[in-house]
Amino acid sequence: MASSPLAHGAHHHPALAHQFDTMEQQKESSTLGMWLFLVTEIMFFGGLFLTYVVYRSRFPAAFLLASNSLNVLLGGINTAVLIGSSLTMALAIWAAQVNWRKGIVIFLLATIGLGSTFLVIKGFEYHDKFVEHHVPGPNFNFVEENPNVHIRQIAARDPNLGRHASIFFSLYFIMTGLHATHMVIGIAVLIVMVVLSWKGKYDARYYNPLEMTGLYWHFVDIVWIFLFPLLYLLGAHAAR
Amino acid sequence: MAEHVTSRKVYFLVFAALIVLTVVTWLVAQVDLGWANDVVALTIAVTKAVLVLLFFMHVRTSTRMTILTATAGFFWLVILIGLTLADYLTRGSSWLPVPGK
Repeated sequence: MASSPLAHGAHHHPALAHQFDTMEQQKESSTLGMWLFLVTEIMFFGGLFLTYVVYRSRFPAAFLLASNSLNVLLGGINTAVLIGSSLTMALAIWAAQVNWRKGIVIFLLATIGLGSTFLVIKGFEYHDKFVEHHVPGPNFNFVEENPNVHIRQIAARDPNLGRHASIFFSLYFIMTGLHATHMVIGIAVLIVMVVLSWKGKYDARYYNPLEMTGLYWHFVDIVWIFLFPLLYLLGAHAAR
Repeated sequence: MAEHVTSRKVYFLVFAALIVLTVVTWLVAQVDLGWANDVVALTIAVTKAVLVLLFFMHVRTSTRMTILTATAGFFWLVILIGLTLADYLTRGSSWLPVPGK
């Protein structure tokens, strides 16, 4: 039913915008536009990853010990939570494709729930860092009075350990903070999607906004997939 | 309709693979392998990212134009990091000023 632009207004889907010939063309255009935005996001986070790589290659001992102070268990749980939220997001798209409108709402709500869980756990982690004085600033203090000999040996490699550890924690808070900001924005968009899905705006023929929200959500998941090993696992082998 | 409907089974399999890879990368990180720790961690992370891209983000069934755009984004990221390191890593030991010093 690829109607020509001249025959506009005949019998097409109400969501088909004037400038497109077909639903497929409209979806392709949305996807390409979304990916162009995601490319700018790759560059946005890419600059921070680059900074991390450069400073870490300069101060390996401080980065190792600072990373070792992070809670790997909570970071790992959050990784699983985020992967789970990607699954429910993908299932919301599936529900749209099989015309199960109630399913769209259910899976979107599940995605919001898991995303919020991630943020709450992150909040507890931030709280621990504040209590430990690991937040860069006037009260920053990173002293390893750790009884572990191995850790003291690593600490001895860097005479300016505290200052270099604060570089790690600056990157930790900026990168996870920017990531969490993206999650908050994603949850806000998801709430709008729940309302629109509830109103029955999406079906198997038209669910572009859901697909674009999904692309964004999965991208944020990919960022975390790299943040987890680089920030948390880096120092995991330096015994506690 | 040229619409691709990925089945639920595929999504659950990808999810399971991502969880397994997360556990594997966590286990390997407990052992000190020197520089190989980074190689293993990044290889697993890239594998996970590719799984998310291909299946969850439907790149597998996207148009060539979209695939090209996405690939270009990651390609430029490799240039950004690769060329910067080609500079910094060949400067010797005192290439980066310590902040505040």
